[in-house]
Amino acid sequence: MYAKGATRVTENTTYNEQLEEKLEKIFAGGQPKYHEKMKEQNKLFVRDRLALLFDEGSYLEDGRFANCEANDLPADGVVTAMGKVNGQTVCVMANDSTVKAGSWGSRTVEKIIRIQEIAEKNRVPMLYLVDSAGARITDQLDMFPNRRGAGKIFHNQVRLSGFIPQICLLFGPSAAGGAYIPAFCDIVIMVEGNASMYLGSPRMAEKVIGEKVSLEEMGGARMHCSISGCGDVLVTSEEDAISEARRYLAYFPANFTEKPKVIETIASKEGRSLEAIIPENQNAPFDMYEAIDQLIDEGSFFDVKKLFAPEIITGLARIEGQPVGIIANQPKAKGGVLFVDSADKATKFINLCDAFSIPLLFLADVPGFMIGTKVERAGIIRHGAKLIMAMSSATVPKISVIVRKAYGAGLYAMAGPAFEPDVCIALPTAQIAVMGPEAAVNAVYSNKIEAIEDPKERIKFVQEKHHEYKEEINIYKLASEMIIDEIVKPSDLRSVLADRYRAYSTKDIPQPPRKHPVYPV
Amino acid sequence: MKQLQSTMAGTVFTVNVKEGEEVTVGQTVMVLESMKMEIPVEAEVAGKVATINSQVGDFVNEGDVLVTFE
Repeated sequence: MYAKGATRVTENTTYNEQLEEKLEKIFAGGQPKYHEKMKEQNKLFVRDRLALLFDEGSYLEDGRFANCEANDLPADGVVTAMGKVNGQTVCVMANDSTVKAGSWGSRTVEKIIRIQEIAEKNRVPMLYLVDSAGARITDQLDMFPNRRGAGKIFHNQVRLSGFIPQICLLFGPSAAGGAYIPAFCDIVIMVEGNASMYLGSPRMAEKVIGEKVSLEEMGGARMHCSISGCGDVLVTSEEDAISEARRYLAYFPANFTEKPKVIETIASKEGRSLEAIIPENQNAPFDMYEAIDQLIDEGSFFDVKKLFAPEIITGLARIEGQPVGIIANQPKAKGGVLFVDSADKATKFINLCDAFSIPLLFLADVPGFMIGTKVERAGIIRHGAKLIMAMSSATVPKISVIVRKAYGAGLYAMAGPAFEPDVCIALPTAQIAVMGPEAAVNAVYSNKIEAIEDPKERIKFVQEKHHEYKEEINIYKLASEMIIDEIVKPSDLRSVLADRYRAYSTKDIPQPPRKHPVYPV
Repeated sequence: MKQLQSTMAGTVFTVNVKEGEEVTVGQTVMVLESMKMEIPVEAEVAGKVATINSQVGDFVNEGDVLVTFE
């Protein structure tokens, strides 16, 4: 639909020749030696990246002639364009690292600001294809501190957050101030080996604080995707990064006023039944991913932050074609206990789904929030509060499934009954309590247990109390008290969820009249 | 030397490898008990076990070295 670099043919060839000559230079990007270097690093030229990203490889470009008088700065090191992805119009800014290492001059910054403004006016997603050394120091007065300087890019990102989807594909460095572009995006896809993010380079760190460290350790893709949590999806090639971005976008509407598309149902993956996957022993681990596979359309899972805080799983999926955001405890990792990082991960994911009308599914098998000095000193209470606030404020359809146990504040964090889930469903294996039977009996009867001298009598007493406690928290008792709304056979859960999400598709809760809550973190 | 650190505080429930044993990535090296849950600790790298630093019943904190590899 869009013509690539079309030129109008008239009789006046001198003018046209001049234009064509200029265009040729612009399309060529930086000097051949820099193209060679990119090839060695398995990196693609910016225009090849765009050709892969857009449907049929075509796009509308603005600011193509930026800084064309300078001769050695084609497009001023950034391509800004509008085109289609999966048939949906999106706006893109893409650094050209063959031009002064993709650094930002005044026109580079102005182009980025303008494409953001276009995305805002047209209410379409904004993609940032980042590969940049940062500010062009020689141009700093024209691009750094001023009203339409680099700061404006971040200000715009904040304004656009939750208004339109914002996605970052990190192909190379994103240094110093530039590192805030990924930070303000909904999701960051990083190419292992090439992508990096850092405020100060290893060279700067050595000079300023005396630390000797490699670029990978300081701000490599794997580090950010597994330790800092600044990266969401780790990929091994630029082609994969682009196809993941296209796949991700398919779950989202163009902007917050629209709803995500429902597509055709695909059957769930063949495999063991939930009954077989979930062990009866509450303390034994199992793989929640295997359980998720039984609930969702095959191949529909888009894992967000897979390598970071694996004790909680967050991902986009489809149930009978309907998009959902899944937040699930993973008993296989750290027992599914909630930590500071797990709270962080789930909070951002819930905010993301709620912003773009993607219904939420909580799959609870959680012993609670972690205890001990390490986590208390790290502020687990305020981080837990942050998660509970995000879950509590979410107004999209919200279903809570108690898969196995939900103890203590873990029940709250996983959208327990008090947090207005549209329905709280229990599997017959569910156990809801302030704490598990062992801990509870210990807490209540520890003095009495110690006072019993005969070991046999002591064991007998403890077992009796366990039994009593289990009766007290029996799931049918909770259902009888209408604490939980429904008990479902595991093999029926998928179709129950699908019916429920269809039923809640018109849910609309007005926001309370206030400016915004005071976030705990 | 490569180390395997505890990802959370807890008590050592079982030790599943011996010194000198070759382990593969993903193999369960120890099981901790924490928050009333059994927490398998898996090897992140393959290698020969050099030392086992914690025994059954020991309390380990997050970040403590459980096992070192040659």
